[in-house]
This record gives sequence, C-alpha cells and structure tokens, in this order.
Amino acid sequence: MRYSAFSLLAQTLAGHKGWKPAWRDAAPKPEYDVLVIGGGGHGLATAYYLASQHGISNVAVIEKGYIGSGNVGRNTTIIRSNYLLPGNTPFYEHAMKLWEGLEQDINYNAMVSQRGVLNLYHSDAQRDAYARRGNAMRLAGVDAELLDREQVRAMVPFFNYETGRFPIQGGLLQRRGGSVRHDAVAWGYARAADRRGVDIVQNCEVTGLAIENGRVTGVETSRGPIKAKKIALAVAGNSSRLTAMAGMRLPIESHVLQAFVSEGVKPLIDNVVTYGAGHFYVSQSDKGGLVFGGDIDGYNSYAQRGNLPVIEDVMESAMALWPGVGRLRVLRHWGGIMDMSMDGSPIIDHTPIDGLYLNAGWCYGGFKATPASGWCFAHLIARDEPHPVATAFRLDRFATGRVIDEKGVGAQPNLH
Amino acid sequence: MRIPCPHCGARDAQEFTYLGDANPKRPDGMEATEAAMFEYVYQRDNPAGRFRELWYHGAGCHAWLVVTRDTRTHAIEAAEPAKPTKAGAAA
Ligand SMILES: Cc1cc2nc3c(=O)[nH]c(=O)nc-3n(C[C@H](O)[C@H](O)[C@H](O)COP(=O)(O)OP(=O)(O)OC[C@H]3O[C@@H](n4cnc5c(N)ncnc54)[C@H](O)[C@@H]3O)c2cc1C
Ligand SMILES: [Zn+2]
Repeated sequence: MRYSAFSLLAQTLAGHKGWKPAWRDAAPKPEYDVLVIGGGGHGLATAYYLASQHGISNVAVIEKGYIGSGNVGRNTTIIRSNYLLPGNTPFYEHAMKLWEGLEQDINYNAMVSQRGVLNLYHSDAQRDAYARRGNAMRLAGVDAELLDREQVRAMVPFFNYETGRFPIQGGLLQRRGGSVRHDAVAWGYARAADRRGVDIVQNCEVTGLAIENGRVTGVETSRGPIKAKKIALAVAGNSSRLTAMAGMRLPIESHVLQAFVSEGVKPLIDNVVTYGAGHFYVSQSDKGGLVFGGDIDGYNSYAQRGNLPVIEDVMESAMALWPGVGRLRVLRHWGGIMDMSMDGSPIIDHTPIDGLYLNAGWCYGGFKATPASGWCFAHLIARDEPHPVATAFRLDRFATGRVIDEKGVGAQPNLH
Repeated sequence: MRIPCPHCGARDAQEFTYLGDANPKRPDGMEATEAAMFEYVYQRDNPAGRFRELWYHGAGCHAWLVVTRDTRTHAIEAAEPAKPTKAGAAA
C-alpha cells in the first residue's frame, strides 16, 4: 500500500481496520547476492539503496533482535552537518540533502524537522573556534550563522544568562539541522527496502562468518547457515564482535551512551541546543518530552544501560544551562552501545577479506549520517570503489596516519 | 558501579579514572616497528564479557589497579594493584 492523503482518508472511513504490516517478516533464503548484517538505520538504508540505486535486490538484512531495537531507536534524533574537516563536511552535507528528500523518496513520514541546531559558546576562544567552523562550513556550501548573545537570547530566552559560571556569549546556528523521528527512519527504510524485494529477517543472530581461501562465502546464524557473495557489516556497537569472527581486530572500543526524556510539557524549546561548557544537549519531541543527553559512561560496555554518575552529571549541566528544567520529572532513560573509534570518525571500507565490507565506528554521532552511510556503503558494495564523499573513511587510515580527528583529542576513544 | 580497591575498600567508580585494556604492552622504544606501534596505539580486542582493564584511584590511594569486569553486566570480579608490591617492601 502506498501511503497518501487518500489512503489515510480511506482507512479513517473504514475504522483503521485495513492497515497491513509495513514489511514482510521474511524467513531467510539459503543464498543471497548481498547479506547486510544489522537491521539498524545504516543496514536498512544500505539495503534500500542497493535496490533503488544499483538494481541489486537479491538482498537480505539480518537482525538479531527486532527492527529498531538498536541505536537507531535509542539515539536523541539530532541531525546536522556542522562538521569542520574536509574528510567529513561533504559526507555529512550529503546526508543532510538526503534527509531533505527522504520522505518523498521512501514514501514514509519520518517527521524530518529542520528546526535548527544551536551550539552555544561561552568564551572568546570558543567563539573563535565556532567562527572558524562556521566559515569552513560556508566555504563547503553548508549553512551557518554566528549569533551573538542577544540574538541567542531572542531565540531561547529562558536560559541562565546572568549568573552562570559559564555565561552564554552566543552560538553557532545551523538552521537546516534539526531532528528526525528515529524509529520512523528504521521503519520507513525497512518498508521501502521490502517493497523492492529485500528480505528483512528479524530474530536472526549471526554467530559465525564462513571464510574460504581469504574470501567470505556466508554466515552461520541462529536460524541456520546462509550463503552470500558479499557480506556487509553494519552492526553499530558490535563491530568488534563480528570482525573477531573473521580474525580481525579494529581500532574501536564499545561504550555506552545514555539518553533521557522528561514528562511531556507544552512547547518550550523550538530548536536543538547544545551547551558548549559541558557536554549536554536538549530538544523537545513532538509529543512534548524534553529529549536530552550528555557524555558517554566512559568504560568499555556491552550492557544497553548506563550508571548513575553520568545521570548526575547530565542533570547538573541541565540545571546550569536552564534552571527551570529542575521542575520537570524524568520520565525514562536508557543506554545504547556505540563503536567508539580511535579518531572519533567512521569507517566505510572493504576489509582485507574478499567480499567482506565494513560500516562501523559511528561513535555517538551516526544517526545524522544514516542516509549517506547507506548511500555510500551501497555504492562501495555494488561497485567495489568508495563513493566520492566517503573516500576518507578508510580502515587503514590509522596505520597510515590519515586519521580524521574532528575533535582533535587523539587516540583515546573515551575522549570523543 | 563500585570498585573494590584493595587499599581503600569498595568505592564509587567516580573516584577513579579509566584507561582501558590492561593487556597491551608498549613496544620497546627505538626497536619498535611501525606495525607494532600501530597495534599498540589503535587496535583493540574489545571483548564482550570478561575484561582486564586499568583504573586509577585518583580520589583515593593514587594506585593503578587492574580490574576484571564483565563488559556485558558491569559485574566486577577482582581489583588488584597493577604492579604487585615486592615482598617486604615498605607499604
Ligand atoms: C543514547 C544515544 C544517543 C545518540 N544520539 C545521537 C544523535 O542525537 N545524533 C546522531 O547523529 N547520532 C546519535 N547517536 C548515535 C547513533 O544512534 C548511532 O551512531 C547509529 O544509530 C548507529 O547506526 P545503526 O542505526 O545502524 O545502528 P543500530 O540501530 O545499533 O544497528 C545495528 C544492529 O545490528 C544488530 N546486530 C548486532 N550484532 C548482530 C549479530 N551478530 N547478528 C545480527 N544482528 C546484529 C543490532 O541488534 C542492531 O539492531 C546516539 C546514540 C546513543 C546510544
Ligand atoms: Zn584506592
């Protein structure tokens, strides 16, 4: 069924009894041209673009849980392309352009909302750094505006401007940034891929990789073996576990990041705001809850839950920036496991094993990348050459010294 | 999470600083090959399960500890001094 105003009206008149599942719950076939491991946003987008851009539809996406159970349904939904380095800027801007046309392309309401992302600065040095970042963005054709304190105050009047230890001096605004309903991204891509013939296989865990003479031939799964000519890993926080099955180590550690949602309130805050003096960011969901988060817990973890010290830290930052939120109750919080790479940047590359492709290392910023990640990964898998905007995301860059150190803090993943 | 420091007793993890995997050894100075340095600086085992890792007790005894922890549950099995003190040495 194609969704439209007409289909919605027809369903309304029929009492909403005729809606069909958005995608088939496929059982795995014995063999595929391409197997995508990981049914998160990146894996599903990869499968969709393999079918829609490259005509490869004998594809399955294998997911150990259910679609949306990973980070794609756990993140704080922020999208932006305010990156600094040449290796990053065109890639994230490509993602932003794909977000802008996504809903028409996949015929799904993902609630793409370009409400603006505002990064606050609190010192002269931070202002200069943001001015530099904004200039780099504008040179690359990305929108950016440097705001002073009064311009920020006009946008978000209720922050603490007077007594804070780190008074707000202004902010860098990307108006085209914003947020997207994260699980709708997973559902929308799953449905769009399914409509082009891709099998979405849930509750199917990959437990082994079959490799013969340096070439991958298939996988072992909890639902039996599956053969494939090409195997693409997009398993977010579990990349090291999957590559270990092929005897490979990665420049990655798995860490937990927590997120929080408050009780629902009337519209309070129009934009996504990040607090430059601490690691804290906040926006308001369309249901009214404040969605916010901060730092990773900072030690290796595969538990999809965090610990109390970071909760305290996040709440302190929230109170420093916006004392009024102390009146709100936190409704729920959770954690997700991310691949923290050693330079804070992602990897989209083939591995030294023939037919095995890797999409990994998204750290805590990979949701915004979802469409471009899928687009570029599909390009790599289909043509065996990197997409022009993702050529810097090579796996060997750590050995060759071509790291993409966006934040400039070096080879320690818990600093990114 | 509480870390059972052998010197100070069980303390909140906030008193400690995390360094990561306790197993890698820095290749020796001028003899080190580029490949060995790359392995040491960047590559990680990153296991899901039992993991030996380094923590520094900055708000306590200032000792480096090797903590054995399950990365799937955060349950801590042991915490030992990173360098065992020599028998008979002053405490
Ligand atoms: C709390 C939090 C907040 C975040 N906020 C933001 C944000 O605001 N903006 C932003 O850009 N990014 C954010 N991120 C990062 C972003 O969510 C991730 O980088 C991105 O979603 C990762 O890609 P994915 O969607 O494909 O991963 P996932 O959805 O995690 O997909 C990977 C899938 O692989 C599956 N899998 C793993 N192992 C196996 C196996 N052996 N067999 C089969 N399947 C397997 C998993 O079950 C999972 O579903 C945040 C992350 C967290 C945790
Ligand atoms: Zn101690």
